[in-house]
Amino acid sequence: MDKNSNSYIFIYASVMVIVVAIVLSSVSGALKPLQLKNKEMEKMQNILSSIGIETTPKEAIGLYNMNVKKEIVINTEGEVISVYADGKFEKGDIRAFDIDLKKQYAAIDKGGKGALPIFEIEQNGKKFYVIPVRGKGLWGPIWGNVALESDWNTIYGTNFGHEGETPGLGAEIADAPFSDKFKGKTIFDADGKFVSVAVVKGGVANQSKIKAVNGVDAISGSTLTCNGVTEMLNHSLGLYVEYIKKNK
Amino acid sequence: MSTDTKEREPLFSPKNIKLLTNPIHKDNPITAQVLGICSALAVTVKLEPAIVMSISVMVVLAAGNVIISLLRNSIPSRIRIIVQLVVIAALVILVDQVLKAFAYEVSKQLSVFVGLIITNCIIMGRFEAFAMGNKPWPALLDGIGNGIGYGWVLVAVAFFRELFGSGTFFGMTVIPKSVFDFGYVNNGLVILPPMALFAVAAIIWIQRSRDKELIEA
Repeated sequence: MDKNSNSYIFIYASVMVIVVAIVLSSVSGALKPLQLKNKEMEKMQNILSSIGIETTPKEAIGLYNMNVKKEIVINTEGEVISVYADGKFEKGDIRAFDIDLKKQYAAIDKGGKGALPIFEIEQNGKKFYVIPVRGKGLWGPIWGNVALESDWNTIYGTNFGHEGETPGLGAEIADAPFSDKFKGKTIFDADGKFVSVAVVKGGVANQSKIKAVNGVDAISGSTLTCNGVTEMLNHSLGLYVEYIKKNK
Repeated sequence: MSTDTKEREPLFSPKNIKLLTNPIHKDNPITAQVLGICSALAVTVKLEPAIVMSISVMVVLAAGNVIISLLRNSIPSRIRIIVQLVVIAALVILVDQVLKAFAYEVSKQLSVFVGLIITNCIIMGRFEAFAMGNKPWPALLDGIGNGIGYGWVLVAVAFFRELFGSGTFFGMTVIPKSVFDFGYVNNGLVILPPMALFAVAAIIWIQRSRDKELIEA
């Protein structure tokens, strides 16, 4: 057969693409469980790291089961949908750990009540509530976990992650120097109004609009990523306000 | 597609050995051919990602060279670049999936650069220049040789950058605290991409001053 004829080229290309597709999809299928497990361990690691427990992915599962006492699922009206503790459901049938925030936020945007996760952690006799947050950075999604103290107001710790923020600038939100600034900040103002925590360009000390206890300094050169963090915290934590008011 | 000859030459004939060793020094893809520089800048801040990247490129290069070489007599010349790209892309996706499953932390550090192996000019270059016209065995050796040639430069640069930039070796602090007490500080510039260019240039300089053959007129 003439190797330069159109029919040969078409057949060759089609066969090649089909073979490659079969190989890739079977490999992807075979490795999926392992990859999902890695993602789960990373998620546990992140939740733990927001209250200051640093672990390796391998240890994460054990430490997670030891420290996370309750997984609570609520909706935007502050009603408890589901409670999962000690490996069984006390109420409802959704595990907070399995919730996909992206889907829930989309559902809430469409007017639904959503299902929002809270992780109750007990360490050294103190209770913490970890709220996962998610939003938009400059180049792609950013996310994080905010650990509140038992007063549902003071931030005990945070951690952030991102998909593709600028290295050296926006990407620094994932580093400890940035996330540590949130320690001790409060998400309600003195009058009990929800104000979230803002990331302030130019420094909190140099302006008067946002109180020092409700703001942290932005990273210079990454204003848009920092605005994204402000927006993310405001939106995500805002969804919990009804629940927090009921429980304070 | 007959690959056997009348007189079989030994697997490690001098000619074949040359295929393996030439790219390490005289025909090095980075220092002599100046290919694949972008990844040399990007993944050489720490040793671990540099080594994983080198191994990934070597695997893609060796496997791809063999596949292209096996197919070389059937590939229609009009779409040969497309065929080469499909082979590279498929192999890179495989590597990416395997890393995500077995070396998740490293795959996070390498992030987009695994995907960018596809655009690594060394791979296309070897497919087009070597695998399209040679048998699978020499192609395999050529792939491994070029992979090693790429890898050692990457590792050398990463060693230098990690040591002077972060004061660590494989993430372990090696520069003693007493040195810092004397006023030594980690050099932040070494972490930034331009320093990789300086490091590569230094390697080229040393290499050419020792081997006059490499100096272009």
